[in-house]
Amino acid sequence: MSQTNHIGKGPNRVDGPLKVSGTAHYSGEFNVPNLAYGYVVSSPIAKGKIVAIHADEVRALPGVLEVFSHDNVPHLAWFDKSYKDQIAPGGSPFRPLHEPDITFNQQPVALVVADTFELARYAAALLRIDYEQEAHETNLETKRAEGFVPGKGKTGFQPPPPPRGNPDKAWVNATHQMEAEYAHGAQHHNPMELFTTTVEWRGDGQITAYDKTQGVFNVKNYLMGVFGLGKDDVRVVNQFMGGGFGSGLRPQYSVFMGVLAALELKRSVRVTLTRQQMFSIGHRPNTLQVVKMGTNPDGTLAALQHHALHETSQFEDYTENIVNWSGMLYQCDNVKLGYELAKLDIYSPQDMRAPGAASGNVGLEVAMDEMAYAAGLDPLEFRLRNYADRDQNVDKPFSSKKLRECYQQGAAKFGWEKRTQEPRSMRANGKLVGMGMGGGVWDATQNKSAAKALISADGHLTVRSGTGENGTGTYTIMTQIAAETLGLPLEAVTFELGDTDQPEAPIQGGSWTAASVGTAVKNACDALGEKILKLAQKQDDSPLKGAKFDEVEFVNGQLRLRLDHDQAVVLRDVLQASGETQLEADSSATPNMAKQQGYSMHSHNVAFAEVEVDEDLGTIKVTRVVSAVAAGRILNQKTARSQVLGSVIWGLGMALMEETIMDHKFGRYVNHNFAEYHIPVNADIPHIDAIFVHEDDDIVNPLGVKGIGEVGMLGVTAAIANAVFHATGKRVRDLPIMLDKLL
Amino acid sequence: MSQPLTSTPYTGGVPAPVPTGPVRLHINGETRTLQLAPWTSLLDALREYAHLTGTKKGCDHGQCGACTVLVNGLRINSCLTLAVMHEDDDITTIEGLGTPENLSPLQQAFVDHDAFQCGYCTPGQICSAQGLLNEGRAHSEAEIKELMSGNLCRCGAYVGILDAVKEVVDKESSDVGA
Repeated sequence: MSQTNHIGKGPNRVDGPLKVSGTAHYSGEFNVPNLAYGYVVSSPIAKGKIVAIHADEVRALPGVLEVFSHDNVPHLAWFDKSYKDQIAPGGSPFRPLHEPDITFNQQPVALVVADTFELARYAAALLRIDYEQEAHETNLETKRAEGFVPGKGKTGFQPPPPPRGNPDKAWVNATHQMEAEYAHGAQHHNPMELFTTTVEWRGDGQITAYDKTQGVFNVKNYLMGVFGLGKDDVRVVNQFMGGGFGSGLRPQYSVFMGVLAALELKRSVRVTLTRQQMFSIGHRPNTLQVVKMGTNPDGTLAALQHHALHETSQFEDYTENIVNWSGMLYQCDNVKLGYELAKLDIYSPQDMRAPGAASGNVGLEVAMDEMAYAAGLDPLEFRLRNYADRDQNVDKPFSSKKLRECYQQGAAKFGWEKRTQEPRSMRANGKLVGMGMGGGVWDATQNKSAAKALISADGHLTVRSGTGENGTGTYTIMTQIAAETLGLPLEAVTFELGDTDQPEAPIQGGSWTAASVGTAVKNACDALGEKILKLAQKQDDSPLKGAKFDEVEFVNGQLRLRLDHDQAVVLRDVLQASGETQLEADSSATPNMAKQQGYSMHSHNVAFAEVEVDEDLGTIKVTRVVSAVAAGRILNQKTARSQVLGSVIWGLGMALMEETIMDHKFGRYVNHNFAEYHIPVNADIPHIDAIFVHEDDDIVNPLGVKGIGEVGMLGVTAAIANAVFHATGKRVRDLPIMLDKLL
Repeated sequence: MSQPLTSTPYTGGVPAPVPTGPVRLHINGETRTLQLAPWTSLLDALREYAHLTGTKKGCDHGQCGACTVLVNGLRINSCLTLAVMHEDDDITTIEGLGTPENLSPLQQAFVDHDAFQCGYCTPGQICSAQGLLNEGRAHSEAEIKELMSGNLCRCGAYVGILDAVKEVVDKESSDVGA
């Protein structure tokens, strides 16, 4: 029996002991010598111009090293291109401290650097800045008629497919119809860790930036472009990230500020944003959606139309895929999807967990519930009647899709059959009870990644790839993959990540890390395995002589013939007998386009939610959620479950709590702190069950994984909103559903 | 139609910062003397001066609980108190509860129940849970959930946190019973 089959089991996180003992080091926790501290000053106006910065007043304070602003920032890169990171949207990226113009509230306008944090904060508070204010517009409602269709957009953006069939006529002629508008405000990622950069001055214009980012290579390239640094002048490191959720996909102004100050002062500098400033670095955009659906007499969809409008900044056209999913989740021959942006005096939005899908899913899945009621059908039965066996957007079959099994297993676990269709028909504990459901779909993506594997003479394997760990379990799953590939116990393997000195990995986002980096890790270990086999075969009495690589396997610390397990050598013996101190192999992995081109590759899920509503107070308590996910092969049952539980909690937050409220008079977010921007706390959490429906899929990638960081959030928000309708008979279409909307 | 927003000049120049002075702190059984400005929070003293970075800054406003430490056994938000106020106190941080090689029962339970993802709120959660145990108040799941709700977790690891704390609470009460 093999003790080195690790994939699919549920070992504890390998980085767990570091995280629970406070010894995992995040970006603000590298105590380099002679460290100075930078404190960012933010604009109190949304639009206008800086007239004067009275920097000399605070520069005169003992211990204050410099005040950086547009007044004195040295000449940096001129063209927009140099400021564009890997996933920058169309337009001109924001350049911190570049010019006196203010284009959004909380725009960083100065950096005060001092010997201590306390002094930098004090001096920043004293810094006087005079402005000229201009009239601003931050209200999306005023731009309903001014939406425009974005151009190319950022990497990964896909314009909605052209209409199919005759969606207008089919809707008019449908047996039953619905039409509704859905809205949600801005939401902010709010990872627990503040954006921080510790820039270590290494001398001779060279720096190491310990930066909070989901992509060390993206930050490195940005810094090289902006500051004109050579490849060897800058190293970017992030070994632990205190939550990302998309906020760290693009380089943030904290790293710009830290590097600017370090290069100018020739000294190590740390810059940490405040929680308030964490509301100035991108957000899920305020979005308005209109959905129209119609059904045939048999309950199949006759027509589906989905249009979305969301905000962006004046300087960038931030895009996300909101409506596209509506053309593929259900079978429908008459579909029209529309997508527009509107410019406001705000900072650019930024991808936030399941960007686009989380927004569009609310429109689609609440509309499906409304349509089911209009057609007199149970919402689950309605979805089953419209099950899509092909992706009609691209007219291809799915590489695998077990959403039907998700429906069945989820419904069984939840007890959906006990639900009575009529709103307000269920009660318990003196409260109204509601049950709702929603489902979703997310991309299964693989991006080019590289990895290096090294094995020492004592048999310890080290694997490196410059990916990230922001809580998803990267250290653990990569360790499992590497250990299983070379037949080692987990303790004999160390996985290292988050350093631009390592082989290049993509930004950690889009749920693609397991597929992308995981495949590269497997390939690097296989390449190393081939070298080990050759070494073994060099030995005189080798039982493996003549064996090809696909005829051997690595199991339990041995290398043996697949068909004759007695013909085996101990890995460590091979290495020690060879006289080599270390063997290494590099490899990379890219998607197999030839294999994939005929397929649509996606993960799916469904969520069932139960709520209790106090009719007198309007309070909503989510009591149970069942989430069933079909995402290929699950690498680690324990960390995967945690991701899905966390996703459910994100869905709950979006449904009932989260909204960044803009005071349009000042063009400023007013609840920009944790006391007023509500996220779920322990007492809000219901009983949650996570079900994984296994899919065999060798088309998506050799590991058969689809990624689970985002799909689990889909469906949940709509399921809760639909449950609230079922409980109360009130259809709330603007999120979050606060108690006032039920009274 | 622009409008000026002009600052008011200081009369008599910019006020000078308050000088620093030595502050003696008893942290995890060790006495440390740090040179601090009087307005240095206990959190910043721990992280930036004592280099005990296990205690985390998530909001600096007492709203998230990431900076929770134990002062004389009681859990407090270290961002909401000044270091100079604690010269006579016993301060315990996450580093004082256990090490990677020798985890405390709560730390081990957090690993076993996967009660964290990114790990940033985790030291605060564990210190808070340790305080909860010291208080001897939490017995039911509902009580634990309520009394752990001052510690935010954006990854949403609350189910694991509840299970981990409950395991240790149950074990401690059965040990007391025996």
